[in-house]
Amino acid sequence: MANQTNTTGTVHHLRRMATVWVILSVIGDILFSIFVAPHVPPGRLTETAAKDQTDFNILFEMALPVLFGVWIYLAYALYVWGDKRNKNAAFSGEAARTNMKTQVWWMVITSVTVLFLAGFGTWALVVDHGSGGGQGPNPAFAPAGGLKAETAALLGKATWSPGSTNVLPVQVIGQQWKFTYRYPTFGGFESSQLILPANTTIAFNVTSLDVIHSFWAYELGVKADANPQVNDVAFTTTKNPGSFMVRCSELCGIWHGSMFNSGQVESQTAFENWATTTEAANAANTALLPAFAWTYVPDANGADGGYYPTNDPYSTVETYGSKQPS
Amino acid sequence: MTISDERSSEVTGPVSGHPHETRKLSWTQRPGLLSQNLLTAIVLGVIGYLIGHWFGNYLSSGYDYISNSGQNSIANTLALAFGVVGWLGGIGALNYPFAKLFGVDGLEEESPVDNWTKYFRYSLDHKVVGLQYVVGVLLFMFTGGLLAMAIRTELLNPTTHYFSPDTYIKIVSEHGTIMMMMATSIIVGPLGNYFVPLMIGSRRMAFPRIEALSFWIFTAGYMVIFSALPYGGFPTGWTGYAPLQTQSGPGMVSYLLGFAVIGTGMILAGFNQAVTIINYRAPGMTWSRVPVFVWSILATAALLTLATPVLFAGGLFGLLDKTVQTAFYVNEHGGNAYLWQNLFWFFGHPEVYIMALPGFGIAGELLPVFCRRPLFAYKISSAGMIGVALLSFFVWQHHLFQSGINPDMRPLFMLTTELISIPTGFIYLVGMGTLYRAKIRFELPMLFVLALFFNFLIGGVTGVFLSDVPVNVTVHGGFFVLSHFHYTIMGGLLFAFMAGLYFWLPKMTGRMMNKKIGKVHFWLMFVFFNLTFFPMFIIGLLGQPRRVFTYATNLQGLNDFSSISAYILGFSFLVFFYNLVYSLWLKPEIAPANPWESLGLEWQTATPIPSYNFERIPVIMTEPYRYSEEGAPTYADFGTKDAPDSSTPTKA
Ligand code: HEM
Ligand SMILES: [Cu+2]
Ligand SMILES: [Cu+2]
Repeated sequence: MANQTNTTGTVHHLRRMATVWVILSVIGDILFSIFVAPHVPPGRLTETAAKDQTDFNILFEMALPVLFGVWIYLAYALYVWGDKRNKNAAFSGEAARTNMKTQVWWMVITSVTVLFLAGFGTWALVVDHGSGGGQGPNPAFAPAGGLKAETAALLGKATWSPGSTNVLPVQVIGQQWKFTYRYPTFGGFESSQLILPANTTIAFNVTSLDVIHSFWAYELGVKADANPQVNDVAFTTTKNPGSFMVRCSELCGIWHGSMFNSGQVESQTAFENWATTTEAANAANTALLPAFAWTYVPDANGADGGYYPTNDPYSTVETYGSKQPS
Repeated sequence: MTISDERSSEVTGPVSGHPHETRKLSWTQRPGLLSQNLLTAIVLGVIGYLIGHWFGNYLSSGYDYISNSGQNSIANTLALAFGVVGWLGGIGALNYPFAKLFGVDGLEEESPVDNWTKYFRYSLDHKVVGLQYVVGVLLFMFTGGLLAMAIRTELLNPTTHYFSPDTYIKIVSEHGTIMMMMATSIIVGPLGNYFVPLMIGSRRMAFPRIEALSFWIFTAGYMVIFSALPYGGFPTGWTGYAPLQTQSGPGMVSYLLGFAVIGTGMILAGFNQAVTIINYRAPGMTWSRVPVFVWSILATAALLTLATPVLFAGGLFGLLDKTVQTAFYVNEHGGNAYLWQNLFWFFGHPEVYIMALPGFGIAGELLPVFCRRPLFAYKISSAGMIGVALLSFFVWQHHLFQSGINPDMRPLFMLTTELISIPTGFIYLVGMGTLYRAKIRFELPMLFVLALFFNFLIGGVTGVFLSDVPVNVTVHGGFFVLSHFHYTIMGGLLFAFMAGLYFWLPKMTGRMMNKKIGKVHFWLMFVFFNLTFFPMFIIGLLGQPRRVFTYATNLQGLNDFSSISAYILGFSFLVFFYNLVYSLWLKPEIAPANPWESLGLEWQTATPIPSYNFERIPVIMTEPYRYSEEGAPTYADFGTKDAPDSSTPTKA
């Protein structure tokens, strides 16, 4: 008989909880997708940003029922089985030590959820060419033409013009405490401004002259660590014109906090205009820079040198800053 | 003859055949000033420091300098290392090994000093060490907490600064490092040392000397890491990434050596716990009768012994880079900065479970007591903890998703990381299952346990967000991460520690903690913990990186909200300290023998607990946690008529 009331009681408790849970989860997810989801960072300025946002939203809509499930259960349990209602009941808690069915269901449900998430994350990573994350010197997930453009950039043969489908390589150089950008397609000039053309696939090549930084172009959905001696490649495809923020997101010393600036996605012709004018205006400076390369070694006078002095007169390494007039 | 009779010679008889009278008192045991205690430790520590400094300068003055600092890093390293050795020698940790080394035998092992001064000495009693640890971790926590208040003060305003950027980053780094070092020991040290032997029916830890040594190394490590501040701090955060590490000033030596010192203590503590749990269980305590708290300490001990050596090696390489100019982490000279990241996180991820599992253990241990029913799915809970411990060695590169290392490994590390949520989920199955049809008693420890389930859920779910590589692009390196790990460590482990203290302090001190003040403490801590850290998720999503002294002006509202909540959160700890003082000294209320009507073995001992714990070694008769069966067989047979009968818990 005790068994009888037990099972009917169980059904009764679970049904009540499940009802509240389903209603709240559905309402929560609907409210989230209408009011919050479209505004979730990093926005939809690029393909990667948009996919990162979608990914976040899907995760959130799955997480919400999990949170609600546990919370509702806890609230229900505390309310219904709190001892305020059953004074002095030293031995009155239910005696069941386990329940095979519950355990199996729990494991099946959590495992399926987790495997789904891992599969989905991997899918997003692959179809989105690395999701805007730094992939190191040999990107495992590159868009069509990405690797070709990279090779061309190093040989000084990369081309891009409005309307072309070429991938545009841009180099990001971190140093204590600023980012600068080189455009190999336009003679390798260096600028402290980051301007990008709309509707174009960009290959960011991120490196550093001193310690580790991290290039975080927030609205682009791009983040890649800037390691000295490493070319860290990240891809994204811009959509419409708009501005974005760049912050350093890896601690790089005392002024790490102020290592930020902003960038701009412009129409393809505006970009080409800017690039060609800057290339011409900077020509004298560009001549003093080391030849375009994926990584550079700082010298004693360059980027806060002093700790890796390359005073060796026979060194074959091109050092960054060595050609700069003192 | 029962087994317990066989073992009782451990208590009374001398270890070797020497007659009792002829054995000499060790220096740590002598009464009065003519003995070794905290003072001699300080004196010898200072002397060691000075000698080391002199020696380092003697060896290397003139050619080895830390860049930009004008200080000799060899001298600094040797000073701190000799200081640690002096400290350990001063407290008496080296007496026994040296006596053995020189063939002197027969030092008296039992402590004749049985007054308050034993807490300032090298004691081999696990209960003394446990209490020493309580004070130690609280001191650690208080220091780290003050630094947290400083961080939140600086972040009140994006343009007005209270600290220079230099000072600020060093405060953040010191806060993080101190807290992480403290958190690795916060439960294993105090509650593990004190209660594991009691809960497995043992008279002592397997290696009492190693146990005491691990505590005194822990305190030495605290001073070494603290010495970073007078040395000018270190700017790398608690993660200490090279090459910034290689570039930084003398405070970095304190960081690297501090981790090496604390790491040694962690390895010793873990090793000791593992051996104790495996070998010193009372007869009848089969693996399915071991309390879950002990299971959690065993899983943690495995992580401590297996993961920490990697940190030790990593720190040593860093020290060599800084002192004798090796190039382990210097790309330009053939080293690799990724090596540090790999070593650090290979330790660092198991480390985060070192800071989670003991909390699960406390939750599992306390739930049955306050639910008056058996732990649901006991086997699943221990399997979950072992599973978490094992998997935690295979996820470390999820910290390096955007670092440019091994991009093709990202799917794998995403998978392993997400897999960990399966065994972690077991803990929720166990918790929720135990609450089912329980008779929940809302005592203070229970409130903290319930808060743990609430907080850790948020910490865990956001962990899944972080492990998803596409989402990681946005949240990595920002305040989202910061909030995530405060939710797991502070919301999980620290709440569990508080639950454990409120639960067990009556046993440890014989005094009840005041319930009213405790409730104020709980509600302030719970509410303002969430109000402090929840906004940080949003702050992070809106683009604020970690470790910055300035931020976008539109984030000031959220930051101020978080800061003000943080002050109240900090205040809640003062309430806790006040409660300690109030309940222990101002208005002590004698604790009943078993205030929570627990069936646990530790509550069946006499109060105060005799130095040998059990008159006779108990024999374990059945599973733990048979709370809902009136008249169930007693958990343990003490072999004495007058021992409290554990099947009928009574409020004395
Ligand atoms: C009153 C409680 C606490 C407050 C208000 C607090 C606040 C903070 C804040 C604001 C930061 C971030 C600074 C930044 O990255 O910009 C931080 C960093 C950190 N906190 Fe806490 N914290 C508290 C307690 C704890 C506890 C209990 C732990 C661990 C046991 C902890 C561990 C850390 C760590 C590891 C860091 C990272 C440091 C780094 O970036 O290297 N904190 N804390
Ligand atoms: Cu930075
Ligand atoms: Cu991790």
